[in-house]
Amino acid sequence: MIRAEKLNKSFGSLHVLKDIDLEVQKGDVVVIIGASGSGKSTLLRCLNFLEMADSGEIYLEGKRIDPDKTDLNQVRQQVGMVFQHFHLFPHRSVLENIIEAPLYVKKTDREKAEAMGMSLLEKVGLADKAHVYPHALSGGQKQRVAIARSLAMQPKVMLFDEPTSALDPELVGEVLAVMKELAQEGMTMVVVTHEMGFAQEVADVVVFMDEGRIIEAGKPGQIFHSPKEERTKAFLSKVL
Amino acid sequence: MDFVQIFQTTLAGFSKAAWETVQLTFWSLVLGMGLGLILAFFKISGNRILHWISNIYITVIRGTPLIVQIFTIYFGLTEMVVLDSFTAGVIALGIHAAAYIAEIFRGAIQSIDKGQMEAARSLGMTYGLAMRRIILPQAFRRSIPPLGNQFIIGLKDSSLVAYIGGTELWSAALSAAADNFQQFETYFVNGLYYLVLVLIFTYLVARLEARLDVEQRSAKT
Repeated sequence: MIRAEKLNKSFGSLHVLKDIDLEVQKGDVVVIIGASGSGKSTLLRCLNFLEMADSGEIYLEGKRIDPDKTDLNQVRQQVGMVFQHFHLFPHRSVLENIIEAPLYVKKTDREKAEAMGMSLLEKVGLADKAHVYPHALSGGQKQRVAIARSLAMQPKVMLFDEPTSALDPELVGEVLAVMKELAQEGMTMVVVTHEMGFAQEVADVVVFMDEGRIIEAGKPGQIFHSPKEERTKAFLSKVL
Repeated sequence: MDFVQIFQTTLAGFSKAAWETVQLTFWSLVLGMGLGLILAFFKISGNRILHWISNIYITVIRGTPLIVQIFTIYFGLTEMVVLDSFTAGVIALGIHAAAYIAEIFRGAIQSIDKGQMEAARSLGMTYGLAMRRIILPQAFRRSIPPLGNQFIIGLKDSSLVAYIGGTELWSAALSAAADNFQQFETYFVNGLYYLVLVLIFTYLVARLEARLDVEQRSAKT
Protein backbone atom coordinates (compact mmCIF):
# COMPACT_ATOMS: atom_id res chain seq x y z
CA MET A 1 0.00 0.00 0.00
CA ILE A 2 2.71 2.45 1.04
CA ARG A 3 6.41 1.87 0.81
CA ALA A 4 9.51 3.86 1.67
CA GLU A 5 12.89 3.13 0.14
CA LYS A 6 16.20 4.36 1.49
CA LEU A 7 14.74 7.45 3.13
CA ASN A 8 17.23 9.91 4.57
CA LYS A 9 16.47 13.08 6.42
CA SER A 10 18.65 15.53 8.30
CA PHE A 11 17.84 18.60 10.31
CA GLY A 12 21.02 20.62 10.05
CA SER A 13 23.81 18.36 11.22
CA LEU A 14 21.38 15.96 12.88
CA HIS A 15 20.86 12.86 10.75
CA VAL A 16 17.36 11.81 11.82
CA LEU A 17 16.50 9.10 9.29
CA LYS A 18 19.16 6.76 7.95
CA ASP A 19 18.33 4.59 4.94
CA ILE A 20 14.84 3.72 6.07
CA ASP A 21 13.09 0.92 4.19
CA LEU A 22 9.51 0.29 5.19
CA GLU A 23 6.71 -1.54 3.48
CA VAL A 24 3.12 -1.46 4.66
CA GLN A 25 0.74 -4.04 3.17
CA LYS A 26 -2.87 -3.22 2.50
CA GLY A 27 -4.96 -3.82 5.62
CA ASP A 28 -1.96 -4.15 7.90
CA VAL A 29 -1.38 -2.30 11.13
CA VAL A 30 2.27 -1.39 11.47
CA VAL A 31 3.28 -0.10 14.88
CA ILE A 32 6.54 1.80 15.20
CA ILE A 33 8.15 1.79 18.62
CA GLY A 34 11.37 3.25 19.92
CA ALA A 35 12.79 5.87 22.25
CA SER A 36 12.09 9.58 21.86
CA GLY A 37 14.32 11.07 19.21
CA SER A 38 14.71 7.82 17.31
CA GLY A 39 13.08 9.31 14.21
CA LYS A 40 9.64 7.64 14.44
CA SER A 41 7.62 10.82 14.04
CA THR A 42 9.86 12.18 11.32
CA LEU A 43 9.40 8.98 9.35
CA LEU A 44 5.64 9.31 9.63
CA ARG A 45 5.75 12.96 8.59
CA CYS A 46 7.85 12.08 5.56
CA LEU A 47 5.25 9.55 4.48
CA ASN A 48 2.67 12.27 3.83
CA PHE A 49 5.23 14.89 2.85
CA LEU A 50 4.68 17.23 5.78
CA GLU A 51 8.44 16.79 5.96
CA MET A 52 10.46 16.37 2.79
CA ALA A 53 12.97 13.54 2.85
CA ASP A 54 16.43 14.54 1.62
CA SER A 55 16.75 11.37 -0.41
CA GLY A 56 14.90 8.14 -0.97
CA GLU A 57 11.60 7.26 -2.53
CA ILE A 58 8.04 6.81 -1.43
CA TYR A 59 5.53 4.66 -3.27
CA LEU A 60 1.78 4.76 -2.81
CA GLU A 61 -0.04 1.76 -4.25
CA GLY A 62 3.01 0.91 -6.29
CA LYS A 63 3.33 4.34 -7.85
CA ARG A 64 6.36 6.41 -7.03
CA ILE A 65 5.52 9.84 -5.64
CA ASP A 66 7.94 12.42 -6.94
CA PRO A 67 7.34 15.53 -4.84
CA ASP A 68 8.40 17.78 -7.74
CA LYS A 69 6.00 16.27 -10.23
CA THR A 70 3.08 15.12 -8.13
CA ASP A 71 0.28 17.17 -6.66
CA LEU A 72 1.02 16.46 -3.01
CA ASN A 73 -2.40 17.73 -1.99
CA GLN A 74 -3.85 14.81 -3.92
CA VAL A 75 -1.52 12.43 -2.14
CA ARG A 76 -2.36 13.82 1.30
CA GLN A 77 -6.05 13.34 0.64
CA GLN A 78 -5.33 9.62 0.47
CA VAL A 79 -3.04 9.50 3.49
CA GLY A 80 -4.81 10.55 6.69
CA MET A 81 -2.88 11.82 9.69
CA VAL A 82 -3.71 12.02 13.37
CA PHE A 83 -1.49 14.21 15.54
CA GLN A 84 -0.35 13.99 19.12
CA HIS A 85 -1.95 17.34 19.91
CA PHE A 86 -5.11 16.80 17.84
CA HIS A 87 -4.96 20.18 16.07
CA LEU A 88 -8.71 20.51 15.77
CA PHE A 89 -9.83 23.80 14.26
CA PRO A 90 -10.95 25.77 17.32
CA HIS A 91 -13.14 28.20 15.38
CA ARG A 92 -15.28 25.44 13.90
CA SER A 93 -17.75 23.16 15.59
CA VAL A 94 -17.05 19.44 15.81
CA LEU A 95 -19.16 18.63 12.76
CA GLU A 96 -17.68 21.57 10.81
CA ASN A 97 -14.20 20.28 11.63
CA ILE A 98 -15.08 16.98 10.03
CA ILE A 99 -16.81 18.27 6.90
CA GLU A 100 -14.37 21.13 6.20
CA ALA A 101 -12.09 19.18 3.89
CA PRO A 102 -14.84 17.15 2.18
CA LEU A 103 -16.67 20.42 1.44
CA TYR A 104 -13.78 22.55 0.27
CA VAL A 105 -11.27 20.02 -1.04
CA LYS A 106 -13.51 17.31 -2.46
CA LYS A 107 -16.42 19.68 -3.15
CA THR A 108 -18.90 17.22 -1.71
CA ASP A 109 -22.29 18.84 -1.34
CA ARG A 110 -23.16 19.93 2.15
CA GLU A 111 -26.04 17.59 2.78
CA LYS A 112 -24.01 14.54 1.86
CA ALA A 113 -20.99 15.74 3.81
CA GLU A 114 -23.06 16.37 6.93
CA ALA A 115 -24.67 12.95 6.72
CA MET A 116 -21.25 11.34 6.39
CA GLY A 117 -19.89 13.53 9.20
CA MET A 118 -22.69 12.44 11.51
CA SER A 119 -22.16 8.77 10.75
CA LEU A 120 -18.44 9.17 11.47
CA LEU A 121 -19.27 10.88 14.75
CA GLU A 122 -21.53 7.99 15.65
CA LYS A 123 -18.72 5.62 14.87
CA VAL A 124 -16.39 7.38 17.33
CA GLY A 125 -19.23 7.74 19.83
CA LEU A 126 -19.60 11.51 19.73
CA ALA A 127 -22.77 12.16 17.74
CA ASP A 128 -24.15 14.22 20.63
CA LYS A 129 -21.19 16.62 20.39
CA ALA A 130 -21.68 17.52 16.72
CA HIS A 131 -22.46 21.19 17.37
CA VAL A 132 -20.10 21.76 20.27
CA TYR A 133 -16.82 23.65 19.82
CA PRO A 134 -13.55 21.79 20.45
CA HIS A 135 -12.64 23.74 23.59
CA ALA A 136 -15.54 22.03 25.37
CA LEU A 137 -14.22 18.52 24.71
CA SER A 138 -11.88 16.36 26.77
CA GLY A 139 -8.57 15.31 25.23
CA GLY A 140 -9.86 11.86 24.42
CA GLN A 141 -12.93 13.29 22.72
CA LYS A 142 -10.80 15.74 20.75
CA GLN A 143 -8.64 12.92 19.47
CA ARG A 144 -11.68 10.87 18.46
CA VAL A 145 -12.99 13.88 16.53
CA ALA A 146 -9.57 14.26 14.90
CA ILE A 147 -9.72 10.62 13.80
CA ALA A 148 -13.20 11.16 12.36
CA ARG A 149 -11.99 14.31 10.60
CA SER A 150 -9.21 12.37 8.98
CA LEU A 151 -11.51 9.49 8.01
CA ALA A 152 -13.89 11.92 6.34
CA MET A 153 -11.47 12.16 3.41
CA GLN A 154 -11.73 8.37 3.00
CA PRO A 155 -7.98 7.85 3.08
CA LYS A 156 -6.33 4.63 2.00
CA VAL A 157 -3.80 4.77 4.83
CA MET A 158 -4.01 6.35 8.26
CA LEU A 159 -0.92 7.63 10.05
CA PHE A 160 -1.07 8.07 13.82
CA ASP A 161 1.66 10.17 15.42
CA GLU A 162 1.62 9.31 19.14
CA PRO A 163 -2.15 9.72 19.27
CA THR A 164 -2.44 9.06 23.01
CA SER A 165 0.74 10.68 24.34
CA ALA A 166 -0.93 13.96 25.25
CA LEU A 167 -3.87 12.34 27.01
CA ASP A 168 -4.62 11.80 30.67
CA PRO A 169 -4.16 8.09 31.41
CA GLU A 170 -7.86 7.47 31.94
CA LEU A 171 -8.66 8.83 28.46
CA VAL A 172 -6.19 6.67 26.53
CA GLY A 173 -8.52 3.67 26.39
CA GLU A 174 -11.32 5.35 24.47
CA VAL A 175 -8.95 6.46 21.70
CA LEU A 176 -7.25 3.07 21.45
CA ALA A 177 -10.68 1.43 21.25
CA VAL A 178 -11.58 3.53 18.21
CA MET A 179 -8.24 2.67 16.60
CA LYS A 180 -8.72 -1.01 17.31
CA GLU A 181 -12.12 -0.91 15.68
CA LEU A 182 -10.60 0.77 12.62
CA ALA A 183 -7.94 -1.91 12.44
CA GLN A 184 -10.57 -4.64 12.59
CA GLU A 185 -12.42 -3.01 9.70
CA GLY A 186 -9.30 -3.49 7.63
CA MET A 187 -7.90 0.05 7.58
CA THR A 188 -4.22 0.23 6.69
CA MET A 189 -2.53 1.98 9.61
CA VAL A 190 0.92 3.14 10.61
CA VAL A 191 1.01 3.96 14.30
CA VAL A 192 3.80 5.57 16.28
CA THR A 193 3.07 4.90 19.93
CA HIS A 194 4.41 4.12 23.37
CA GLU A 195 1.39 1.93 24.10
CA MET A 196 3.03 -1.48 24.10
CA GLY A 197 -0.24 -3.20 24.96
CA PHE A 198 -1.81 -1.83 21.80
CA ALA A 199 1.21 -2.93 19.77
CA GLN A 200 1.05 -6.48 21.10
CA GLU A 201 -2.67 -6.81 20.63
CA VAL A 202 -3.39 -5.00 17.36
CA ALA A 203 -0.19 -4.82 15.31
CA ASP A 204 0.48 -7.08 12.35
CA VAL A 205 4.03 -5.81 12.22
CA VAL A 206 6.05 -4.12 14.95
CA VAL A 207 8.98 -1.98 13.88
CA PHE A 208 11.66 -0.97 16.36
CA MET A 209 13.62 2.18 15.56
CA ASP A 210 16.74 3.53 17.22
CA GLU A 211 18.94 6.47 16.25
CA GLY A 212 17.28 6.92 12.89
CA ARG A 213 17.46 3.30 11.80
CA ILE A 214 15.02 0.44 11.71
CA ILE A 215 16.74 -2.06 13.96
CA GLU A 216 14.27 -4.85 13.50
CA ALA A 217 10.74 -5.55 12.37
CA GLY A 218 8.51 -8.55 12.79
CA LYS A 219 5.36 -10.03 14.27
CA PRO A 220 4.54 -8.63 17.71
CA GLY A 221 5.09 -12.03 19.32
CA GLN A 222 8.57 -12.25 17.91
CA ILE A 223 9.59 -8.67 18.72
CA PHE A 224 8.23 -8.68 22.24
CA HIS A 225 9.13 -12.23 23.27
CA SER A 226 12.23 -13.10 21.30
CA PRO A 227 13.87 -9.98 19.93
CA LYS A 228 16.99 -10.67 17.91
CA GLU A 229 18.81 -7.42 18.46
CA GLU A 230 20.45 -6.32 21.69
CA ARG A 231 19.15 -2.78 21.29
CA THR A 232 15.58 -4.03 20.99
CA LYS A 233 16.00 -6.11 24.13
CA ALA A 234 17.44 -3.13 26.00
CA PHE A 235 14.57 -0.87 24.94
CA LEU A 236 11.88 -3.41 25.74
CA SER A 237 13.34 -4.16 29.16
CA LYS A 238 12.83 -0.47 29.96
CA VAL A 239 9.27 -0.09 28.73
CA LEU A 240 7.63 -3.43 29.50
CA MET B 1 -17.84 80.85 28.98
CA ASP B 2 -20.92 79.55 27.33
CA PHE B 3 -20.55 75.93 26.32
CA VAL B 4 -24.26 75.47 25.79
CA GLN B 5 -24.45 78.31 23.35
CA ILE B 6 -21.35 77.11 21.47
CA PHE B 7 -22.73 73.59 21.44
CA GLN B 8 -25.97 74.83 19.91
CA THR B 9 -24.44 77.07 17.28
CA THR B 10 -21.97 74.38 16.16
CA LEU B 11 -24.33 71.42 16.35
CA ALA B 12 -25.34 71.31 12.70
CA GLY B 13 -21.85 71.96 11.36
CA PHE B 14 -20.06 69.59 13.73
CA SER B 15 -22.55 66.78 13.18
CA LYS B 16 -22.15 66.98 9.44
CA ALA B 17 -18.37 67.18 9.81
CA ALA B 18 -18.39 64.25 12.24
CA TRP B 19 -20.10 62.14 9.58
CA GLU B 20 -17.38 63.20 7.16
CA THR B 21 -14.76 62.08 9.69
CA VAL B 22 -16.48 58.71 10.05
CA GLN B 23 -16.46 58.20 6.29
CA LEU B 24 -12.87 59.33 5.97
CA THR B 25 -11.83 56.93 8.72
CA PHE B 26 -13.90 54.05 7.39
CA TRP B 27 -12.52 54.14 3.87
CA SER B 28 -8.95 54.72 5.01
CA LEU B 29 -9.22 51.67 7.28
CA VAL B 30 -10.65 49.55 4.47
CA LEU B 31 -7.66 50.56 2.37
CA GLY B 32 -5.28 50.16 5.31
CA MET B 33 -6.52 46.64 6.10
CA GLY B 34 -6.36 45.49 2.49
CA LEU B 35 -2.90 46.89 1.99
CA GLY B 36 -1.83 45.73 5.45
CA LEU B 37 -2.90 42.15 4.71
CA ILE B 38 -0.93 42.13 1.45
CA LEU B 39 2.15 43.51 3.21
CA ALA B 40 1.77 40.93 5.98
CA PHE B 41 1.73 38.15 3.37
CA PHE B 42 4.78 39.67 1.68
CA LYS B 43 6.55 39.51 4.97
CA ILE B 44 5.78 35.88 5.74
CA SER B 45 6.01 34.72 2.13
CA GLY B 46 9.60 33.51 2.36
CA ASN B 47 10.29 35.40 -0.87
CA ARG B 48 13.22 37.68 -0.17
CA ILE B 49 12.19 40.45 -2.56
CA LEU B 50 8.62 40.63 -1.29
CA HIS B 51 9.92 40.53 2.26
CA TRP B 52 12.14 43.50 1.52
CA ILE B 53 9.41 45.49 -0.20
CA SER B 54 7.29 45.04 2.89
CA ASN B 55 10.15 45.96 5.22
CA ILE B 56 11.03 49.11 3.33
CA TYR B 57 7.41 50.18 3.16
CA ILE B 58 6.90 49.72 6.88
CA THR B 59 10.19 51.44 7.75
CA VAL B 60 9.52 54.49 5.59
CA ILE B 61 5.88 54.94 6.54
CA ARG B 62 6.41 54.39 10.25
CA GLY B 63 9.50 56.58 10.18
CA THR B 64 7.94 59.72 8.73
CA PRO B 65 5.19 62.02 10.08
CA LEU B 66 1.66 61.49 8.84
CA ILE B 67 1.30 65.19 8.00
CA VAL B 68 4.28 64.88 5.66
CA GLN B 69 2.61 61.93 3.96
CA ILE B 70 -0.70 63.77 3.62
CA PHE B 71 0.97 66.87 2.13
CA THR B 72 3.08 64.76 -0.21
CA ILE B 73 0.06 62.99 -1.64
CA TYR B 74 -2.19 66.05 -1.84
CA PHE B 75 0.27 68.74 -2.97
CA GLY B 76 3.22 66.67 -4.10
CA LEU B 77 1.46 64.56 -6.70
CA THR B 78 -0.34 67.37 -8.51
CA GLU B 79 1.98 66.96 -11.49
CA MET B 80 0.67 63.41 -11.93
CA VAL B 81 -2.83 63.45 -10.48
CA VAL B 82 -5.01 66.06 -8.90
CA LEU B 83 -6.90 64.56 -5.99
CA ASP B 84 -9.68 66.13 -4.00
CA SER B 85 -8.91 66.45 -0.32
CA PHE B 86 -11.20 63.58 0.70
CA THR B 87 -9.60 61.12 -1.71
CA ALA B 88 -6.10 62.29 -0.86
CA GLY B 89 -6.98 61.98 2.82
CA VAL B 90 -8.29 58.42 2.43
CA ILE B 91 -5.19 57.37 0.50
CA ALA B 92 -2.71 58.99 2.89
CA LEU B 93 -4.42 57.70 6.01
CA GLY B 94 -4.83 54.26 4.44
CA ILE B 95 -1.19 54.02 3.40
CA HIS B 96 -0.17 55.18 6.86
CA ALA B 97 -2.39 52.76 8.77
CA ALA B 98 -1.34 49.86 6.50
CA ALA B 99 2.20 49.91 7.89
CA TYR B 100 0.93 49.34 11.40
CA ILE B 101 -1.85 46.95 10.40
CA ALA B 102 0.63 44.83 8.44
CA GLU B 103 2.58 44.17 11.62
CA ILE B 104 -0.62 43.44 13.54
CA PHE B 105 -1.72 40.87 10.94
CA ARG B 106 1.74 39.34 10.61
CA GLY B 107 1.97 38.86 14.36
CA ALA B 108 -1.51 37.37 14.53
CA ILE B 109 -0.91 34.94 11.65
CA GLN B 110 2.39 33.79 13.10
CA SER B 111 0.85 33.35 16.53
CA ILE B 112 -1.45 30.59 15.24
CA ASP B 113 -0.11 27.17 16.20
CA LYS B 114 1.83 25.57 13.34
CA GLY B 115 -0.18 22.42 13.91
CA GLN B 116 -3.23 24.14 12.45
CA MET B 117 -1.56 24.53 9.07
CA GLU B 118 -0.19 20.98 9.23
CA ALA B 119 -3.56 19.51 10.10
CA ALA B 120 -5.18 21.41 7.23
CA ARG B 121 -2.48 20.36 4.77
CA SER B 122 -2.70 16.75 5.95
CA LEU B 123 -6.34 16.78 4.86
CA GLY B 124 -5.28 17.71 1.35
CA MET B 125 -5.94 21.45 1.53
CA THR B 126 -3.73 23.72 -0.53
CA TYR B 127 -1.71 26.38 1.27
CA GLY B 128 -4.10 29.06 0.05
CA LEU B 129 -7.22 27.23 1.13
CA ALA B 130 -5.74 26.42 4.54
CA MET B 131 -4.77 30.07 4.96
CA ARG B 132 -8.21 31.31 4.01
CA ARG B 133 -10.39 28.80 5.85
CA ILE B 134 -8.26 27.85 8.84
CA ILE B 135 -5.49 30.34 9.65
CA LEU B 136 -6.91 33.75 8.73
CA PRO B 137 -10.22 33.45 10.61
CA GLN B 138 -8.31 32.60 13.77
CA ALA B 139 -5.68 35.25 13.14
CA PHE B 140 -8.31 37.89 12.47
CA ARG B 141 -10.05 37.13 15.74
CA ARG B 142 -6.74 37.44 17.53
CA SER B 143 -5.88 40.72 15.84
CA ILE B 144 -9.07 42.53 16.86
CA PRO B 145 -7.79 44.12 20.10
CA PRO B 146 -4.68 45.73 18.52
CA LEU B 147 -6.69 46.47 15.37
CA GLY B 148 -9.30 48.30 17.43
CA ASN B 149 -6.52 50.34 18.94
CA GLN B 150 -5.21 51.18 15.48
CA PHE B 151 -8.71 52.19 14.36
CA ILE B 152 -8.98 54.67 17.23
CA ILE B 153 -5.63 56.17 16.26
CA GLY B 154 -6.82 56.37 12.65
CA LEU B 155 -10.01 58.14 13.65
CA LYS B 156 -8.09 60.84 15.48
CA ASP B 157 -5.37 61.02 12.82
CA SER B 158 -8.04 61.93 10.28
CA SER B 159 -8.12 65.41 11.87
CA LEU B 160 -4.91 66.22 9.98
CA VAL B 161 -6.87 66.17 6.72
CA ALA B 162 -8.17 69.58 7.81
CA TYR B 163 -4.83 71.03 6.65
CA ILE B 164 -5.39 70.04 3.03
CA GLY B 165 -8.83 71.58 2.91
CA GLY B 166 -10.83 68.67 4.26
CA THR B 167 -14.29 69.24 5.62
CA GLU B 168 -14.06 66.84 8.52
CA LEU B 169 -14.56 67.44 12.22
CA TRP B 170 -11.40 69.35 13.11
CA SER B 171 -11.67 71.64 10.11
CA ALA B 172 -15.17 72.51 11.31
CA ALA B 173 -13.69 73.49 14.68
CA LEU B 174 -11.06 75.70 13.05
CA SER B 175 -13.59 77.59 10.98
CA ALA B 176 -16.12 77.88 13.84
CA ALA B 177 -13.46 79.28 16.16
CA ALA B 178 -12.39 81.76 13.50
CA ASP B 179 -15.97 83.01 13.39
CA ASN B 180 -16.90 83.13 17.07
CA PHE B 181 -13.47 83.84 18.67
CA GLN B 182 -14.33 81.48 21.51
CA GLN B 183 -11.43 79.13 20.99
CA PHE B 184 -11.52 77.22 24.25
CA GLU B 185 -15.23 76.40 24.20
CA THR B 186 -15.22 75.54 20.51
CA TYR B 187 -12.22 73.20 20.70
CA PHE B 188 -13.53 71.64 23.88
CA VAL B 189 -16.91 70.87 22.33
CA ASN B 190 -15.16 69.59 19.19
CA GLY B 191 -13.04 67.28 21.30
CA LEU B 192 -16.20 65.83 22.85
CA TYR B 193 -17.35 64.77 19.39
CA TYR B 194 -14.14 62.81 18.90
CA LEU B 195 -14.52 61.28 22.33
CA VAL B 196 -18.08 60.14 21.57
CA LEU B 197 -17.00 58.66 18.23
CA VAL B 198 -14.17 56.76 19.92
CA LEU B 199 -16.55 55.45 22.59
CA ILE B 200 -19.04 54.23 19.98
CA PHE B 201 -16.22 52.61 18.11
CA THR B 202 -14.77 50.92 21.18
CA TYR B 203 -18.19 49.49 21.94
CA LEU B 204 -18.58 48.11 18.42
CA VAL B 205 -15.15 46.47 18.52
CA ALA B 206 -15.92 44.86 21.87
CA ARG B 207 -19.20 43.53 20.45
CA LEU B 208 -17.41 42.08 17.42
CA GLU B 209 -14.78 40.47 19.60
CA ALA B 210 -17.41 38.83 21.79
CA ARG B 211 -19.30 37.60 18.74
CA LEU B 212 -16.24 35.91 17.29
CA ASP B 213 -15.32 34.26 20.57
CA VAL B 214 -16.39 30.66 20.16
CA GLU B 215 -15.78 29.94 23.82
CA GLN B 216 -18.66 32.23 24.69
CA ARG B 217 -20.89 30.76 22.04
CA SER B 218 -23.27 28.24 23.48
CA ALA B 219 -23.85 24.95 21.75
CA LYS B 220 -26.52 24.99 19.12
CA THR B 221 -28.98 22.16 19.37
